[in-house]
Amino acid sequence: MTTKTINLTLKVWRQNRGEKKGKLKTYFAKNISGDMSFLEMIDVVNEDLTKNREEPIAFDHDCREGICGMCGAVINGRAHGHEKETTLCQLHMRHFSDGDTIVIEPWRSRAFPIIKDLIVDRSALDRIIQSGGYISVNTGGAPDANAIPIAREVAETAFNAAACIGCGACVAACPNASAMLFVSAKISHLALLPQGRIEAAKRAKAMVRQMDQLGFGNCSNETECEAECPKGISIINIARLNREFLKAELC
Amino acid sequence: MNWFTAFLGSSIGKKLLMALTGLGFCFFLFIHLIGNLTLYGGKNFFLSYVEHLHALGPVIIIAECGLLLFAVIHVTTGALLFIENWRARPVGYVMKKNAGGRTLGSATMPYTGFLILTFITIHLLNVHFVDLSQQTIFQVLQNIFAFFPYVVFYTLAVIIVAIHVSHGFWSLFQTLGANHPKYMPFIHGLGICFSLIIALGFGFIPAYIRFIV
Ligand code: SF4
Ligand code: FES
Repeated sequence: MTTKTINLTLKVWRQNRGEKKGKLKTYFAKNISGDMSFLEMIDVVNEDLTKNREEPIAFDHDCREGICGMCGAVINGRAHGHEKETTLCQLHMRHFSDGDTIVIEPWRSRAFPIIKDLIVDRSALDRIIQSGGYISVNTGGAPDANAIPIAREVAETAFNAAACIGCGACVAACPNASAMLFVSAKISHLALLPQGRIEAAKRAKAMVRQMDQLGFGNCSNETECEAECPKGISIINIARLNREFLKAELC
Repeated sequence: MNWFTAFLGSSIGKKLLMALTGLGFCFFLFIHLIGNLTLYGGKNFFLSYVEHLHALGPVIIIAECGLLLFAVIHVTTGALLFIENWRARPVGYVMKKNAGGRTLGSATMPYTGFLILTFITIHLLNVHFVDLSQQTIFQVLQNIFAFFPYVVFYTLAVIIVAIHVSHGFWSLFQTLGANHPKYMPFIHGLGICFSLIIALGFGFIPAYIRFIV
């Protein structure tokens, strides 16, 4: 059985390491199988580039299973492409048609400087986590898993927030380049659980302060983040973050 | 910086300032609309409403000062947010599409806001800071709406206010932390109804005064 293949024109953002400016360059992706992921399609293009002694397109990736949060690019104006709740590594080429032109750009935000081509420096998200996205516990033997009772609904809500993989698509999609969805997911996941509740106020203040200092924009409830998040993180978490922050500041 | 300025200066603090002053303006629009609906009851009904309103004296002055303060806060914070958000993405996308979250209202907030500020300034000059010793406020309205370009300008302004409110209304609840699947659809619906009521309630005033009275 032969699988149907397609030919594509790619317009890819190329920017050399250490350079402030870049530009879109055109490449052709030939005989692409619909079963390939978007990243595998770039792999094929990169093989050709390497054979022709050209610099391959640099892009971030790791698990290629939609769980690590390393991949991501803006595909034809949509973060992680047009498929709902899909990371770029899980976006399959069968969602494109023969002859399509695809524009591929990196996440754009002042807080995410471009390292090379499609790779951006997302350590700003790590710095937000370092400022408070953790719980403090004494080391020692692992506690009994069911020692603290937690209602199933609460556990589910916390887990839904914990599904955030820190990919940064919310920042990329936000018209204001705000990181509120990411921060709200982390805040919610910890604040909902008794273990995280203890430091909730301190955490909310520290993480919001850090987010503000890193050059992200301000949330204006455009809800583009929620629409593009590959893990379906809801803006209800942002409302919770607002509550947590208000409580921390005023109570 | 003490905690209060640090709190209000934070991204969520600024959001909160926009939401609370915005809520104030929604109240004002509501009261203003109810007042203006007396126009549809005819000239005398309207003038008696105006008389009753002005009889409130100091209450009106306090309300006006409050509105002015709210306007200063809303406009300066809004301008600051606009500049900060613009700076947050120094290099834009060559191609950017909406994922379905953005609406006409949300995408145009700073611009509709600026247009509303311009309108309010002109509106106040036309109907607030006028000499009423020789004419009634009703005659003032008849005069300004007799000029057709002003009717167009006024109608457009009312539509722009409605567009601004269509995003601002639900958005302020989200900012205050009130978002729950149980009641958010209701708040969304209420916001759309409120903007439509504003657009229709204010929007038909020129036509009513020109053609029916
Ligand atoms: S909230 Fe969603 S879009 Fe944002 S970093 Fe987490 S997974 Fe990615
Ligand atoms: S490579 Fe891990 S989520 Fe895409």
